[in-house]
Amino acid sequence: MNAARALVCAALGLGLLGGCTSAKAGEGHVAAPVAPAAPAAPAAAPTRPVTPAPSVSGERQIIHALSRLTYGARPGDVERVRAIGVSAWIDRQLRPRTIDDSATERALAELTTLRMPISETLREFPRPDPRLRAKIANGEMSRQEMLERYPMEKRPARIAIELQAAKVVRAVTSERQLEEVMVDFWFNHFNVFAGKGDVRWYVSAYEREAIRPYAMGKFPDLVRATAYHPAMLFYLDNWLSARPDFIVPVGPNRGRKAGLNENYARELMELHTLGVDGGYTQKDVTEVARAFTGWTIDRPQTDGHFIFRPGMHDGGEKIVLGQRIPAGGGRDDGERVIAILTSHPATARFVATKLVRRFVSDTPPPALVARVAATYTSTGGDIPAMLRTIFGSPEFFSEDAYRAKIKKPFEFVASAVRALGGSTDATGGLALARASAEIGEPLYQAQPPTGYADRGAVWVNAGALLARMNFALGLASGRYPHVSVALPALIAGADPSSPSAVLDRLLASIVADQPGPETRAVLTAQLSEPQITRLSPDDRGPANTDVATLAALVIGSPEFQRR
Amino acid sequence: MITRRTFVKAGGCALVAYAGAPRFLLRAAHATEASGKVLVAIFQRGAVDGLSMVTPYGDPGYAGVRPSIGLQPPRRGESDRAADLDGFFAFHPSLAPLVPLWANRSLAVIHACGSPDTTRSHFDAQDYMETGTPGVKSTPDGWLARAAGARPAKSTPFRAVAIGPALPRTLQGDVGAISMQSLDRFDVRAGSDSTARAGFESLYEQGVHDLLHGTGRETFDAVKMLRGAKASRIPPANGAEYPRVPLGEALRQIAQLIKANVGLEVAFADMQGWDTHVGQGAERGQLALRFRDFAAALAAFSQDLGDKMSDVVVLTMSEFGRTVAENGNRGTDHGHATAMLVFGGGVRGGRVYGRWPGLDRHQLFEGRDLAVTTDFRNLFSEIATRHLGVPAAPIFPGFKPTQPLGLLA
Repeated sequence: MNAARALVCAALGLGLLGGCTSAKAGEGHVAAPVAPAAPAAPAAAPTRPVTPAPSVSGERQIIHALSRLTYGARPGDVERVRAIGVSAWIDRQLRPRTIDDSATERALAELTTLRMPISETLREFPRPDPRLRAKIANGEMSRQEMLERYPMEKRPARIAIELQAAKVVRAVTSERQLEEVMVDFWFNHFNVFAGKGDVRWYVSAYEREAIRPYAMGKFPDLVRATAYHPAMLFYLDNWLSARPDFIVPVGPNRGRKAGLNENYARELMELHTLGVDGGYTQKDVTEVARAFTGWTIDRPQTDGHFIFRPGMHDGGEKIVLGQRIPAGGGRDDGERVIAILTSHPATARFVATKLVRRFVSDTPPPALVARVAATYTSTGGDIPAMLRTIFGSPEFFSEDAYRAKIKKPFEFVASAVRALGGSTDATGGLALARASAEIGEPLYQAQPPTGYADRGAVWVNAGALLARMNFALGLASGRYPHVSVALPALIAGADPSSPSAVLDRLLASIVADQPGPETRAVLTAQLSEPQITRLSPDDRGPANTDVATLAALVIGSPEFQRR
Repeated sequence: MITRRTFVKAGGCALVAYAGAPRFLLRAAHATEASGKVLVAIFQRGAVDGLSMVTPYGDPGYAGVRPSIGLQPPRRGESDRAADLDGFFAFHPSLAPLVPLWANRSLAVIHACGSPDTTRSHFDAQDYMETGTPGVKSTPDGWLARAAGARPAKSTPFRAVAIGPALPRTLQGDVGAISMQSLDRFDVRAGSDSTARAGFESLYEQGVHDLLHGTGRETFDAVKMLRGAKASRIPPANGAEYPRVPLGEALRQIAQLIKANVGLEVAFADMQGWDTHVGQGAERGQLALRFRDFAAALAAFSQDLGDKMSDVVVLTMSEFGRTVAENGNRGTDHGHATAMLVFGGGVRGGRVYGRWPGLDRHQLFEGRDLAVTTDFRNLFSEIATRHLGVPAAPIFPGFKPTQPLGLLA
């Protein structure tokens, strides 16, 4: 970080933009946690823990904040945060628009589908001619001919592939780390599966139009944007849901009877807003489904945008969670439902619980959840305000929370590249996305609407641990094409003929000098292995340390699986 | 859950490791624990439409309620129609590969089976079925893990195995189940360099008793044993051909583990794609394709194992069924009861078990869904006790089994 930018950040930290914080930028020490900032939050906070948990302090506070707000610290990040103070740094991450990220945008320039409107993806990536498929099936055409006629780069799969690559590039490269974390979090919260039908063409636009603009905005806007988006309308089938006895007037299904489909209505309440214990009934599911009838997709295979079709809509009265939506509301019925759901206390609690689970602990402390829920209620679901409540809490900076979360596979992959001072282009990003899949998290491929779990126990298992170790070996030894790691820079200054000096540098750099005593002992013992201290290639000079293997061991160590 | 599991680990094998002794006498285990009963559980995630899988064509309420997705009644000699089972029920035509197992009476159907809990949430219902405790979310471990754990201790890391990217809820618990995507890739791949492998192993051997270290230790025990057994090189036998779909790959590898005698007792695999809200199809279509892969994988497994099937029971399950009536999109929404299949050694097959509740509107659960007449725990506990020989009470806490189905000899 250069001095000029640090100044800008300091100015922001002082609240020149929006007056949202009382943290002092440029504080020399970081012992005080970030002050809770959203004006309404303290007043609304119902309880404080009676006995505060012991809190982390000093450098560990920086390490902790970096590990939770980013995809892992890069070499030098701790120093950069220390320079402006942890509270100012957090505040800056909460205002991503103030952070220049043009380098990341340039790295994504070649991924043209990222910017395509849905209508263009549908035009650029036409559906395979069903006759081609038939010809292959009956042997009239070879697979090779098929590939020539219909090459991979013209297939719709490219859209999700470019999106995967972009996600990795952004996680590794972006300066707006917290925003990237939140885009991932909200996509997962409002999950769509990139492999389901027309979602293939819609998925990139979904992240770009419905998730990213609101990831650091207001929660109700996310609900609204996803409810209207063709990707969600398709994924949870609402585009087909119609009033009972609706007769399809045009298209291939002309003359068929259509009717109610409950899929979206149920998941909207269970997974997007109230939570499964949010107090709704089967009757509420049916009523909400009726309210959303007519919310559909216009020309899904050629244009693909939202349209309200009054003919499909059930115009009758609905009662949702005891609130009456009078007959004749038309498209506004859905808006009314979203308003009812997003202002419901169960939604505040549900969203707060998920945020606290992501940023604090797999077992969210109830008192903190209550305070974050209160922030939701008092700010209308303002996401930075809720995050401020979390980052300003004693629970966030408690010893209980320190390194308590196990990285999910994608977090592990991105953090490994970042820890080794690595970089990647889009091609490398795709290779890294495949690594994430091998470890258990294929990107944009969660089939159920629940998305991926955010609990360590789900991700820790034998096959996945081996995959993590194998990834560490491949990454450190440079086996991922288009992904570079900066091992020499990482150990710069350490004597390469002194294995223990190299190890000390790696540990300082990758796990912030805080391995468990056993890990240090094991790694030190490894240094006596003849293969670790190998002769230099020309067999003349002094023995050099096998830095790649050592770095892989550190990346694959238990410590590095945590954040 | 972690705490409890870690505690047990600390009290068990892990302490041996700390004392510096060999953790497992793997070869001894290999030799003496070769034979034994195996339970293979298969989860159809997304709620399979039991009324299409095993269709009650004899129920007068069936015809008409599903105008575009209902199956035609079976007709002798017409294989593109449902296959008659007993004059009332019929298999979906895509389940044809399972008909021989029905005919030789090694496969049974349990219909109108499901959970006493009425949730129509996939997530909750799967959770309840996997923990074996409907309505209770705080259960720390899964019923399959408890069942495996109730068997006499064995010195093998392969007692309980899931094929897949994550350890399913039903195998989380003290038994220390292993999950893997592929036997082939289940190793540290460092070429001829043994330093890395040894290094990783030491890193997880030492240190605190937590989930990561515990899992790491199990992993390396398993890696060594698997390398010795060369399980991934065992080819399918008896001309079995597995479909090239994830369930086929999973069952092929479960068969390899059984044939490699690594001490497998409980195995798990799942299959996605049953949530057919739209265009589910009838004799042909989306759901038919899922059934085709499902049945081909199960049939190949049975054929591959041949005589070894006498020690194996396969149980299929799904979190709930689907609405009796088709919805507005030629699909079905979330319902209640569904059908489950059981086949293998000791199964009294060729029968549909469970009381049929009927499809008349007044017979339906909440006026829309097939009612549950067999609590899934009744079925699961019978298999646990009769096949695995473990007591049911601790595996299904709070459940009092009713009349046994009499499913297993």
